[in-house]
Amino acid sequence: MASLTASKGAEHARILSVAAHRPERVVMNDELVEAIDSSDTWIRERSGIISRRFAAPDETVIDLSAPAALQAIERAGLTPADIDTILVATITHELQTPSAASILAHRIDADRAVTMDLNTACAGFAYGISLASDMIRGGSARNVLVVGAETMSKIIDPTDRGTAFIFGDGAGAAVIGPSSTPAIGPTIWGSDAGQWEAIRSNSSWSDFRDGAAWPTLRMAGPKVFRWAIWEMSPVAQKAVDAAGIEIGDLAAFIPHQANMRIIDQMAKQLRLPEHVAIARDIAESGNTSAASIPMAMARMLDEGQVASGGLALLIGFGAGLSYAAQVVELP
Amino acid sequence: MPAFTQEEILAGLAELVTEETGLPAADVQPGKSFVDDLDIDSLSMMTIVVNAQDKFNVEIPDEAVTELKTVSDAVAYITKAQSDAAAVGQA
Repeated sequence: MASLTASKGAEHARILSVAAHRPERVVMNDELVEAIDSSDTWIRERSGIISRRFAAPDETVIDLSAPAALQAIERAGLTPADIDTILVATITHELQTPSAASILAHRIDADRAVTMDLNTACAGFAYGISLASDMIRGGSARNVLVVGAETMSKIIDPTDRGTAFIFGDGAGAAVIGPSSTPAIGPTIWGSDAGQWEAIRSNSSWSDFRDGAAWPTLRMAGPKVFRWAIWEMSPVAQKAVDAAGIEIGDLAAFIPHQANMRIIDQMAKQLRLPEHVAIARDIAESGNTSAASIPMAMARMLDEGQVASGGLALLIGFGAGLSYAAQVVELP
Repeated sequence: MPAFTQEEILAGLAELVTEETGLPAADVQPGKSFVDDLDIDSLSMMTIVVNAQDKFNVEIPDEAVTELKTVSDAVAYITKAQSDAAAVGQA
């Protein structure tokens, strides 16, 4: 009987580059407060958010992804023709089919790439990093574009006190490629699916067709807050342990930008030393779901908050409830 | 593990409130409402509750937290949770 040849990939994988794209329109807290009977002070205290960006009415996740993708590809010293795989993490692509990744592939002239979307909400980018790394090491891909992109403004009810002020729009993109040394640690990931109702769309497309209101995102805030801090901090620690390093070896902590208070509490739970830079992009971006980690990473590097080559602990967590964490070497 | 007295629970809770919010412990009196009198929002309540779980060795599920309107509600809940745990030999 004939025997199969197994694929063989690169020894290791690394993040070659990262870039972000933010839509033009800045939305200050004051613009949102009347509809939710709140105040700028309350929003800042509750979440640490000062402003966020909203996409234009006709601006899609692909429109936000493309500039970030092209910049990441350029920063990696590559051209779109070099990209063989595109993973787009998003929950706000507005066509059932084809994937946002397919349309993005055509938009950036990478028409031959393997394309797929990841619907894992705020854990999406960290899931994408994990898959890209394994694909490269397994031999099914070589240069992978991982994008996190969202237009959350289109699925939020502006009168819902739990969500109206939290979310924002944007995109972040990274190119993952082969490496001679390890630069992406093991991923600690999974779900707590028993809590799937804690973050969800409030109706289906069939409900909408039959007369329900436009489906919007609902969140059981305090329940998710509790899960994020006390269940996810140990996951972050496991990712550090799995990478074979100590917390003090980190140059940066880049958690999903869910809420500034979650970020602060996680840092406290992890006993992060003073020298570890903490991503706080949420203050001017809001919670951008799958886009939040790459946007925060790009900002920290572009603003010189952390140096290239430093080790960063990434952790995404959210709807599912799903989560993923890994330590990476910054591009 | 010996059970905490009501006074110890109140004092322990006050400590946790101070730690989370900076409010003086003396403000944490039985009749006070967490939200209306002490201005503690639902996220801070969660932090206080999780820390109380550890401090008093009891379980306080998410659903129970929304029912804890006043300081005395919390003291009563923890007192009962303690004796329930003791009754099934968990304390």
